[in-house]
Amino acid sequence: MKKIIFLTYVCLFVLNWGKAWSLIEVDITRGNLNPLPLAVSPLSVDQNSKEKFKDLLKIEDIGAEISKVVENNLRQSGLFNPLDPKAFLQKPDIAHVKPRFEDWALIKAQALITGEVKIVDEKLRVEFRLWDVLAGKEIMALAFNTVSENWRRVGHIITDKVYQRLTGEKGYFDTRIIYVAEEGLKTSRIKKLAIMDQDGFNTKYLTLGNELVLTPRFNPTNQMVTYLSYFKNLPRVYLLDIETGIQEVVGDFPGMTFAPRFSPDGKKIIMSFAKDGNSDIYTMDLESREVEKITNHPSIDTSPSYSPDGKYICFNSDRSGYQQIYVMRSDGSKVKRISFGNGLYGTPVWSPRGDLIAFTKLHKGKFYIGVMRTDGTGERLLTENYYQEAPSWSPNGRVLIFYRETKSDSAGKGFSAKLWSIDLTGYNERMVKTETDASDPSWSSLLTD
Amino acid sequence: MSLNKIFRNTLLVISASILLSACAVKTTGKMQGDVYTGKDTVEYLASGVPDRVFFATNETVLTTASRETLRKQASWLRKNSKINVVLEGHADERGTREYNLALGERRANAAKDYLMTYGISGNRISVISYGKERPVDSGSNPLAWSKNRRSVTVKAN
Repeated sequence: MKKIIFLTYVCLFVLNWGKAWSLIEVDITRGNLNPLPLAVSPLSVDQNSKEKFKDLLKIEDIGAEISKVVENNLRQSGLFNPLDPKAFLQKPDIAHVKPRFEDWALIKAQALITGEVKIVDEKLRVEFRLWDVLAGKEIMALAFNTVSENWRRVGHIITDKVYQRLTGEKGYFDTRIIYVAEEGLKTSRIKKLAIMDQDGFNTKYLTLGNELVLTPRFNPTNQMVTYLSYFKNLPRVYLLDIETGIQEVVGDFPGMTFAPRFSPDGKKIIMSFAKDGNSDIYTMDLESREVEKITNHPSIDTSPSYSPDGKYICFNSDRSGYQQIYVMRSDGSKVKRISFGNGLYGTPVWSPRGDLIAFTKLHKGKFYIGVMRTDGTGERLLTENYYQEAPSWSPNGRVLIFYRETKSDSAGKGFSAKLWSIDLTGYNERMVKTETDASDPSWSSLLTD
Repeated sequence: MSLNKIFRNTLLVISASILLSACAVKTTGKMQGDVYTGKDTVEYLASGVPDRVFFATNETVLTTASRETLRKQASWLRKNSKINVVLEGHADERGTREYNLALGERRANAAKDYLMTYGISGNRISVISYGKERPVDSGSNPLAWSKNRRSVTVKAN
């Protein structure tokens, strides 16, 4: 996107590593039933800047709004419990300079986020600090400048920094979701590509709904999307440049291409090509346009997904008679079935950490989202429902987003399709807010690292 | 048709017939086993020529009734040699989207292969899969799903 945030880290100084650090630490490897109580003090804004932002953005109090973004992100993560700002005793501007830790401890906050927003040369300048209330110390301070329209992203970046400082792992808040927006009757559903911030804001529609579109996926730099379009009633894999809006067909296949994804280096697209009743997996090099056939089997081979190092591919095949998950080397050799539990397995997708494969499982009329190790051991089902599928990993590999459909009668009454997310721990299942019905979500990587 | 494919189809037919003989197939109203046998959604290409055939869950094997329908379509196509057709393959909603696209393609091709064995040139037949994207019945029940697992022959000109 053109509005790539121009971020200047003016200062980055982390104080008091060690003792203070060990006091507040959030363990994200287990379901967190006691989220860490913390206070997000509204960012303070001087009167002059406040007026200017009001003119520029039509926002009454930019400081409070950015804090709300941070607060909402932290709450949604399930790891933190942001306290009600009504209980805060100290004014934002003073808290940012010198918090009265007793006051914050009194309302049971273990951590405190304070900050200040200013307008400097027509730009938004935000400074924030993270405090350890119990140790009575500052543990992080950061400042950055950006164009004022990016104010929500500032909130996401602050959340990422706080999350990383307190959990020891990278965040996933300054990210986007690409998905298929749905409306209309189930029998003639209208589908459009849509993109939004991870928290459901700033939705943009990338296609008009004139043709059916399915399964969009980002490239590693989040500039391009590959997806399936029924343009001119020819189902083919397309490539879309989000910035320019230019679309092109991927390759020149005499039949349906589908189930596309990028390779981890972004140089290839891997997908299925169906011909004469047989689907095999192919790659196309985006620069040389060279096409390579990866699987060669009279069964259905689809839903390919690369390991993050690009050396392996997991995919879905019914060569055993039913849909199961397989892993092979990226040249197509050493094919090995890894799913052996009861039921059917589909939509395998390799975790960005490399150690797990997420999947959809169908067993006894129920659909599950689950994970297993890449050798098929350690299967864990995270959630069960009437219908759900197509998990996509958060960039830090801690959260999965997928879509879920509800039952309907023959007139389509009762039907809905929504995005949901769940932690790898199996806790913190939540519906993800979208403007319309939605399916086929795909999570971007972090927009700023 | 590749050797592989003939082999596969034969295998499927054999395994299907084993299945059929192994368990007495239950006929309930408009379904035999879980294959739709009713007429609710069926349209006609010409008098007495139904436009669609139905499949069992996760299957691409043509049933006896389906083969009869396709023979009628083939004979109609032979008489109307200027007409080309599109075979639209579909799946029910109880499967993952990408696999269902492949399944719809395989179903439409099963119908195409059968039409070709009855003398219809492959040049006159194109195939498209809609996976689970275009159900005829929105219901979330076995009867609705059976209507949706189909290959529909549509006039292309």
